[in-house]
Amino acid sequence: MISSSSDTNLKKLSTINRRMFIFSAAKAVIFFGIVGRLFSLQISENKKYLTLSDKNRLRESRLPPVRGEFQDYFGNTVAGNLKVYQLHVVPEQVEDFKYLMVRLKDILNLDSTTFENLINKKNKQKPWETLIISENLSWDEFSKINFYLHELTGAKPVITVGRDYPYKDSYTHVLGYVSQVSTNDLLNNKTIKDRNVPGLRVGKSGLEKTFEEQLIGTNSIQRYEVNAYGKRINQIDHEEGQKGKTIRLTIDTEIQNYTSELLKDKAGSISIMDIFTGEIIAMNSSPSFDPNLFLYGIDKKKWTEIKKDPLKPLVNKTLSGLYSPGSTIKPIVALSALENNVISPNMKVNCSGKIEMYGQTYHCWKEKGHGQMSLKNAIKQSCDVYFYEVSRLLGVDRLNITAEKFGLGNKVLGDFFPNEKKGLVPSTIWKKKALDQSWYLGETLITGIGQGYIQVNPLQLCIMTAQLANGGYKIYPTIIADEKSNNFEDVKSKIQQQAIDNTEENYLIKATEEFLKTGIKEHTPLYRNPENIKFVLDAMFKSTNEVYGTSYASRIDDPKYQFAGKTGTAQVKRITERDRELDLDLLQIPYKDRDHAWFIAFGPYKNPRYSMSILVEHGGSGSKAAAPIAKKLFKLLIDRQELRDKKKIKKTDI
Amino acid sequence: MYQRFSYTNQLTFFQKVRSIDYILLFAILLVGIVSGFSMYSIDGGSIEYYTQNHLLRFSVFFVLMLIISFINIKIWHATGYLFYIIALGLLFWASFYGVTASGSQRWINLHFINLQPSELMKIAIILCFAKYYHRIQIHNVNSVKNILLSFIILVIPIFLVISQPDLGTSVLIALSGIIVLWLAGLNIKYFVYSSLLLLISAPFIISFLKPYQKLRLLTFFDPGKDPLGAGYQIIQSKIAVGSGGLYGKGFLKGTQGYLEFLPEKHTDFIFTLFSEEFGFVGSLVLLILYSIIIFRVIRIGSFSRSFFGRLFCFGFGSAIFIYILVNMSMVLGLLPVVGSPLPIMSYGGSSMLATMIGFGIVMSTKIYSKQLIS
Repeated sequence: MISSSSDTNLKKLSTINRRMFIFSAAKAVIFFGIVGRLFSLQISENKKYLTLSDKNRLRESRLPPVRGEFQDYFGNTVAGNLKVYQLHVVPEQVEDFKYLMVRLKDILNLDSTTFENLINKKNKQKPWETLIISENLSWDEFSKINFYLHELTGAKPVITVGRDYPYKDSYTHVLGYVSQVSTNDLLNNKTIKDRNVPGLRVGKSGLEKTFEEQLIGTNSIQRYEVNAYGKRINQIDHEEGQKGKTIRLTIDTEIQNYTSELLKDKAGSISIMDIFTGEIIAMNSSPSFDPNLFLYGIDKKKWTEIKKDPLKPLVNKTLSGLYSPGSTIKPIVALSALENNVISPNMKVNCSGKIEMYGQTYHCWKEKGHGQMSLKNAIKQSCDVYFYEVSRLLGVDRLNITAEKFGLGNKVLGDFFPNEKKGLVPSTIWKKKALDQSWYLGETLITGIGQGYIQVNPLQLCIMTAQLANGGYKIYPTIIADEKSNNFEDVKSKIQQQAIDNTEENYLIKATEEFLKTGIKEHTPLYRNPENIKFVLDAMFKSTNEVYGTSYASRIDDPKYQFAGKTGTAQVKRITERDRELDLDLLQIPYKDRDHAWFIAFGPYKNPRYSMSILVEHGGSGSKAAAPIAKKLFKLLIDRQELRDKKKIKKTDI
Repeated sequence: MYQRFSYTNQLTFFQKVRSIDYILLFAILLVGIVSGFSMYSIDGGSIEYYTQNHLLRFSVFFVLMLIISFINIKIWHATGYLFYIIALGLLFWASFYGVTASGSQRWINLHFINLQPSELMKIAIILCFAKYYHRIQIHNVNSVKNILLSFIILVIPIFLVISQPDLGTSVLIALSGIIVLWLAGLNIKYFVYSSLLLLISAPFIISFLKPYQKLRLLTFFDPGKDPLGAGYQIIQSKIAVGSGGLYGKGFLKGTQGYLEFLPEKHTDFIFTLFSEEFGFVGSLVLLILYSIIIFRVIRIGSFSRSFFGRLFCFGFGSAIFIYILVNMSMVLGLLPVVGSPLPIMSYGGSSMLATMIGFGIVMSTKIYSKQLIS
């Protein structure tokens, strides 16, 4: 009884109350402790936890960027994007994965290895990650899937974009091809690494690789909310990516395709260039392959077939193929000799079919000999004996300077193609450095007819011809049509101005530039005396358009199409005395031992615009195998000039 | 005025209604409403399973509380031991025939409700001790016989609950009992001794724990160790509370909640969900509501003229405080994860039933504060 106020009860009461008070005090302290904890979590560390909470719930999904296109000079798409039908499955959203896969296998006729690969891939990835069942369904398959879709819960038919090369193998050596991203791509290119998503295709060679950064485009980004199990709940936003830059080429598809046709079943190369603007109008290497094969992974059989082809379709012969130029070097040898005042054009040499020098016999291609030859005639009929004499007088080092000035021994397109080869124009210094041997005079003679150490690629001969044909002015070739491209009229008037300005004073500046290796300025004259250039061009004209000229059979009489050229026949092995006696027909010689056929040309002769170089590997003689191709090409080329002029890049366009 | 009724237990209905502690009643009602909103959020912004069940229980048990409060406290005093024995019997029943869920056998299937006797025991132990120490003279409290008996009363249910296994509830039962023992005047030295004993034997106790309990203990000390496994709950819970900020993400906008990052969000981790949506301010309001409830309960105890009423109210008020403390400390990462619901807020019938019975007896103490118990 509390109210009885007995001592013990009072004592008990005060004990209870005292202890309650102590405990309540403790409670108050603890209460503030909890509030303090709440404060520290919700106020002090709010930012941190807010970030963590966003990290929990927000996911980004990056979609493959849309790749920029390649267009030819006329705006036709030569590497574009095509609608691709794909089939995706998100395993998490599938009720019965096994059943679905068996059904799909049935509908799409998947073979068992593909099927097993898909199952393995599924087991490796997270259940909410998309599994790509097929990257490239045919329209039939796609519609079939859509037809059965109600039975295929979890299967998602998707329409996306993929690379497409409408001209198949025509552009392969220019553009290269795209394929799945490899580990190397990721290591070497940060842009690819940043934008990599499953299904991304990147350039593996050619311009596709060179312009990767501009072509690749930016990813579209989808942000969406996921729940604790990673399942998408709703989309928060969609950031549209930017399509890669569209790149316009200087190439004319009509002509490019025609070169493919002309080189069909042959190994060889054709390059065509505008001699004033440096625009490459066609650049082809044969054989080629269809780059579309690489988009979704090439099958092994096809790949081996391409790789083992003796005609080497994987090599871009125009840039990476190195050959002896043969007689196509003769215009430069002649020019060098004239420029250095080594010979007079009237110098006469008697060709008897061979010449003894330094205890060795040097043969002319014409066994019976050409008889009394002048320089012009020697070029026209490609007399080897005459050029032995010219090069003996000239010496290899002076030839080296002229040849390099006109484009041999240097990369033509610079950094555009990593696989471009420099070739070699020998000199006494080069031989000392590279081989630690002194130069033999006999080697000079062979160099003078384009054999021996000298090695060129077809594009180098093309630019050499261009720089002769434009009157001897430096040009820098390009394959990209953009705001930096030259305008034909501008170049022409500039060149005319240069010709007048080419005084001794300017020559000094030029010599300094050369000495400092700053590279020769565009459109500066490469000659000392313009008459020498004219002389060589005239000799080339005669070679094609006069009787006894080596390419006379391929001439066009119509002045509109009339062109000038020089043949070349490059030996691939040393001709023995026995070979000379046998004098076999081309088809009797094993393919590998047949000569390479060369032809370089420019036209139309009256008002030159284009230069070209043609190579037919193991094609035999230049006049039979290469020159007839030029005849066909000049017709098309000149017929299309008007169209091309209309499409001329105007500065205002850009 | 009190003189007139002080010695009679015949109060009119009107008098009873007038002497209800309306502040306490209103505070309980408010927490009930808040819990309704939380359940509504759990149901994804509509009145479905959780909201319906929870509000139904709250309403039924709220009425039950009022009925209990109108019954003379003498009755509750008289049935104190009985209540304990029934609860103990149910615990035994659960141990042998109970329903097993998520590895623990702690429920009895009563068909309309799955009863968790350990929750009832949390109240029964207070009631039992309040009755026991009501009569014992202060100088007898520390006698060997009394201590031994109290110890037995306390240990049997604890042992039963631990073996279910349910560490959380057994700790809460132990604390509920101990608090009454402390209030009753048990010598402080016993508390000191048993604490020391507990500390020394802690390694042995830990070795008897189930693997998942050990893991919880370990992850408490280093939640980052296994962020996707055992540490997941506590990390996600802290993220939810922390990301709430000052005013919260807004009602029905707690991303941690509706995207299912929060485990057990409707029961033990309900505060996390609430705190994410209503922020620091909301949490503070809820804490203040609980403080008012505890304060009123203790205040009622201090006006009671019987030791029983006083001990029960003090004990129950303190127990409520401990439940809240343990739950909050757990969800805020201050204590290891043990199962302990937040009174009224958490979804769960048995916990709600026990809590409301407790409040009912407290209110009965208020209405019959002048009642003497022999």
